[in-house]
Amino acid sequence: MHEPASKATPRVTLRINRHAVTVPVGTSVAAALAMTDRFVSRADLSGRPRGPLCGMGVCFECRATIDGVPEVLMCLTPCREDQEVVTDA
Amino acid sequence: MREACDLVVVGAGPGGLAAACRAAEVGLDVLVLDAQPEPGGQVWRGEARKGANRLARRWFTRFAASGARFRPGARVVAAPEPGVLLVEEGASSFAVRYSRAVLATGARERFLPFPGWTLPGVLGVSGLQVLVKDGLPIRGKRVVLAGTGPLLLAAAATIHAHGGEVLYMAEQASAASHWGFALQLWRHPARLLQGAWMSAALIRVPTSTDAWVIAAEGEGRVESVRLSVRGREEQLRCDYLGAAYGLVPNLEVARLLGCETSAGAVVVNERLETRVPKVHAVGELLGIGGVDQALVTGELAGLVAAEHPIPVELERAWHRVRAFAAQLARHDAPRAELRRLATPDTLLCRCEDVPMSALEGCQNLREARLYARLGMGACQGRTCGTAAQTLFGWPGEDVRPPCLPARIGSLRIPSDVSSTHTRES
Repeated sequence: MHEPASKATPRVTLRINRHAVTVPVGTSVAAALAMTDRFVSRADLSGRPRGPLCGMGVCFECRATIDGVPEVLMCLTPCREDQEVVTDA
Repeated sequence: MREACDLVVVGAGPGGLAAACRAAEVGLDVLVLDAQPEPGGQVWRGEARKGANRLARRWFTRFAASGARFRPGARVVAAPEPGVLLVEEGASSFAVRYSRAVLATGARERFLPFPGWTLPGVLGVSGLQVLVKDGLPIRGKRVVLAGTGPLLLAAAATIHAHGGEVLYMAEQASAASHWGFALQLWRHPARLLQGAWMSAALIRVPTSTDAWVIAAEGEGRVESVRLSVRGREEQLRCDYLGAAYGLVPNLEVARLLGCETSAGAVVVNERLETRVPKVHAVGELLGIGGVDQALVTGELAGLVAAEHPIPVELERAWHRVRAFAAQLARHDAPRAELRRLATPDTLLCRCEDVPMSALEGCQNLREARLYARLGMGACQGRTCGTAAQTLFGWPGEDVRPPCLPARIGSLRIPSDVSSTHTRES
């Protein structure tokens, strides 16, 4: 699933719902979510999946718990080494 | 925690950067706040790292040398009294006491509901573009874009450059309006827009005017889209759909401060002062006008805030970019058909899952909020409120604090900020 990147690009490994994802430095968490098998950030009130929409910190569809802080917007958060991302979906 | 400054700039896109540079360069103590981790706003997102855009690079260099202070990841949540902003930054918060303010909060995409728009894989046009810039793997993915104006082309160019396959680009504007506007572009100094237009033409994406998305379909994520193309229906299988119709200004902070708005833009005088004393507005807040308008108005507001004379070239440049903004607004105005795509069970409010049918009998945003919970969720109506204004012609509403979901602790005014002007070194 991962994009091949040049050897020169430094990479970081984070965990999204306990799955390790390795991405180039500068990748946002929302973009990294697309490297997991589900591009899903939350479930709506009837349990249907939702994914990122606006990419700009406006719609709040991509909110997740990141390193224990709830309601963080994945689209405004850069990936960091050992980051722990938990979606509610 | 507290901060004090002569000038607070809210937003570090081109408008905010230009204002901060001009004011800091003549000696003001300037503090710039932005929700993103880096300066650049949406239009220069990621450029602080990549440095590919020359104009952006020049402004970042100037900003770094200006002496202005920058607080990334900082979101304004309340304005409890004139001259004070409450700001949330990660898990902490602080208050800012300022003498003057420049609001440069930019714009967001206008989303209009259609069946299937809540499926994962359906994003905004620029929304998908920024995710691709931020590293979303798009190589070999099939993408359909539906929207309007130069942003549609810019998105197609970015997706193509990253190896994505743009299957189709649906422009909602009529052929006459679209090509008339394209020709007008050459009269304006909108260099970036022209660049986007060129690159989209070069990548030979199948495209049509008078075209829009009717519905997105799929199990658990978007798998295909149905388009209306000049009155015919077409179906395309795809991995991503970008669908949004132009931009609308982010008016929340301006409204929070009590600035008057009219026709979806902040009302300012020729010195870019809003109706609230010592508060200026620049860039997209004045009506969508792109990078050039942001830079010109940002520079103007920065100089006015510093009580410096305005060079006559800047005044002239502002009049030029205003003419461009007016043309863009005419081109990007959503056509009537786009207001009729949602069915009774299509959700309008994505946060509170409010379907179109729940709004029957509502006459304005306030009634829709009270009776149907429209706009009562996490995004506070940023998405559905804008859509409802376009669908039903309802006027925008006043903003009450907090203007973003905030922790209770962030809404407390530190006692040392409220009474006297103390400066923290």
